[in-house]
Amino acid sequence: MNHISLPDQAGHFDAFGGRYVPEALIAALNQLEAEFDRASLEPAFWQELDRLRREYSGRPTPLTEVPKFAQHCGRARVFLKREDLNHTGSHKINNVLGQALLTKRMGKTRVIAETGAGQHGVATATAAALLGMRCRVYMGRVDTDRQALNVARMQLLGAEVVAVESGSQTLKDAMNEAMRDWVASVDNTHYLIGTVGGPHPFPKMVREFQRVISTEIKAQASERFGRLPDAVAACVGGGSNAIGTFADFIDEPDVALYGFEAGGDGVETGRHAASIQGGSIGVLHGMRTYILQDADGQTKESHSISAGLDYPGVGPEHAWLAATGRANYEAVTDAEAMAAFQLLCRTEGIMPAIESAHALAGVIRLGQRLAAEQPDAEPLIVACLSGRGDKDVDTAISYFGLPGHPDLYTGGVA
Amino acid sequence: MTESSQAAFSAAAAQGRGALVGYLPVGYPSVPGSLEALRALCGVGGDGPGVDLVEIGLPYSDPIMDGPVIQQAGTKALERGVRTSDVFAAVEAVRSTGTPAVVMTYWNLVDHYGPDAFARDLANAGGSGLITPDLIPDEAEDWFSASEAHGLDRIFLVSPSSTDERISSTVAACRGWVYATSVMGVTGTRTSSPSAAPELVSRIRSLAPGTPVGVGLGVSTGDQAADVVSYADAVIVGSAFIKPLLAAEAAGHPDDLSGLRAVLADLADGVRRRS
Repeated sequence: MNHISLPDQAGHFDAFGGRYVPEALIAALNQLEAEFDRASLEPAFWQELDRLRREYSGRPTPLTEVPKFAQHCGRARVFLKREDLNHTGSHKINNVLGQALLTKRMGKTRVIAETGAGQHGVATATAAALLGMRCRVYMGRVDTDRQALNVARMQLLGAEVVAVESGSQTLKDAMNEAMRDWVASVDNTHYLIGTVGGPHPFPKMVREFQRVISTEIKAQASERFGRLPDAVAACVGGGSNAIGTFADFIDEPDVALYGFEAGGDGVETGRHAASIQGGSIGVLHGMRTYILQDADGQTKESHSISAGLDYPGVGPEHAWLAATGRANYEAVTDAEAMAAFQLLCRTEGIMPAIESAHALAGVIRLGQRLAAEQPDAEPLIVACLSGRGDKDVDTAISYFGLPGHPDLYTGGVA
Repeated sequence: MTESSQAAFSAAAAQGRGALVGYLPVGYPSVPGSLEALRALCGVGGDGPGVDLVEIGLPYSDPIMDGPVIQQAGTKALERGVRTSDVFAAVEAVRSTGTPAVVMTYWNLVDHYGPDAFARDLANAGGSGLITPDLIPDEAEDWFSASEAHGLDRIFLVSPSSTDERISSTVAACRGWVYATSVMGVTGTRTSSPSAAPELVSRIRSLAPGTPVGVGLGVSTGDQAADVVSYADAVIVGSAFIKPLLAAEAAGHPDDLSGLRAVLADLADGVRRRS
């Protein structure tokens, strides 16, 4: 396992990754790579990022044991890494603050971003407000319609939100439109990609900014249990919270890595967003990786109840981890994720993002499987709770058929 | 039999002018309709000359180098069921008029078809080569071997932001000619002449003397075309040819090629003007 050396100089994780982009972007990608490499070697850069993480974002995030939830997970002890407690409500801010500092260092005054559910867009708009940069967020028309609250949040933070009406009008098309903007604006603009995808150096850089998740888990686990967890788990769309959760454990062979993709209606139905479990190798958004594609290589639409996982590709490092067998990927259906969503609410008083609920459903399955395989073991599992569920209340109301009015009325005059 | 698309540039040069390269996507307004439009682009059914080289677009679901006009035609073509294999019929239709043809598409479609199989079928159809907007030479190992094996042109893009080093290495990787993107941006018509293009072309000329250079992005009128060929070997026009097709369909006459022919006449005149 020589993971630390990956990606190689050209941005390849063996057969995955690379740079499948127009030549017009190469200069900007080289500039970004050089700036990131320089900044990485400067303690002052990391000190400034650490300060923002502590004082602004609220890190380190706690590790919360969830014993009542764990009663549904075989004999496992389950801990949640509480990325939902970050400022703006998800792990997205970890990466955004890092890239925003790099943007300032490059002397650029404008950031653009793509967003699906709106979490990354809100985080980007937040950092732009904090650091005094102009911000434009591209969002598929379908997503601006179903995530109106996050559109307003971004606007309140001073960002301009563009509804993308081309193609399937979802996250992948928002990413296309952001790329088109960037081709024309690289002089003063940084494209702040929100996941461990896209052309090199994004997969590597975003991994390094999200690595803090596993670094903290490692320290917290050592302090609390005096050992490493037996397994860490996370949901995987593009895969940024999962890479953050895995990063410091990839070279720890005793720690199993589990990524849970969005299985939608079930991988066998074809209506899903599980690029590793239900896709094939191809090129999309500048990278070679597992994607959902038809017989000609046209991108297929993904399907998931979770807007943040509704993406027909996955970061190239996950493709590599899957191909080498170092990490295990499984699909979790909408129904499994929503059951886990409700279970965590009811047992622990924590409302997860539906994205994160995929990881929780995966942990239930994993814990039960481990209990069947090793009845005497009490495995220690850490799942990344990547975001909070406030944004998903509308989806939950319609999924669970909540009445949308109080249970009882009292005190009125009949 | 394939011949280098460079021949189109040489033939125009022999007439003391720059070449006109015209782009249309296969499958819009329909596959048969696009073959008619491509033949019209070659001058069939019109009064004047056609383009010197046809660039046939193969629509892709995620065309990050394309502006709204080409996106719109491509999305419609995909909705109407265009397949990768249709591009070879389009190449044959163009070749039957005597005009050389290259294909332009995004790498995943070629990758998925198999680079060698794609090169074989393109060469068998009489195509001269492939323009690859999202494939840089650094990632093109498979395409080098496939294009060499089947004698096809490799047309990579250079941009105003390309360093001298990258211009040199990219031009060295090309076979036939190099595509210079005139502005920092995506495809689509622009009102002014491309301002970054003269400098980019002059950098290519000094770094790689003798390489034919085609300039594309943003050209729509005969005046702009005349300006571009005053310093480049060819001018490449796409969106301006598609706009009248979109307008014809919107007006309820998707087979009406008169608008396309009018744009062609203006551009063909532009490259023939003596400055």
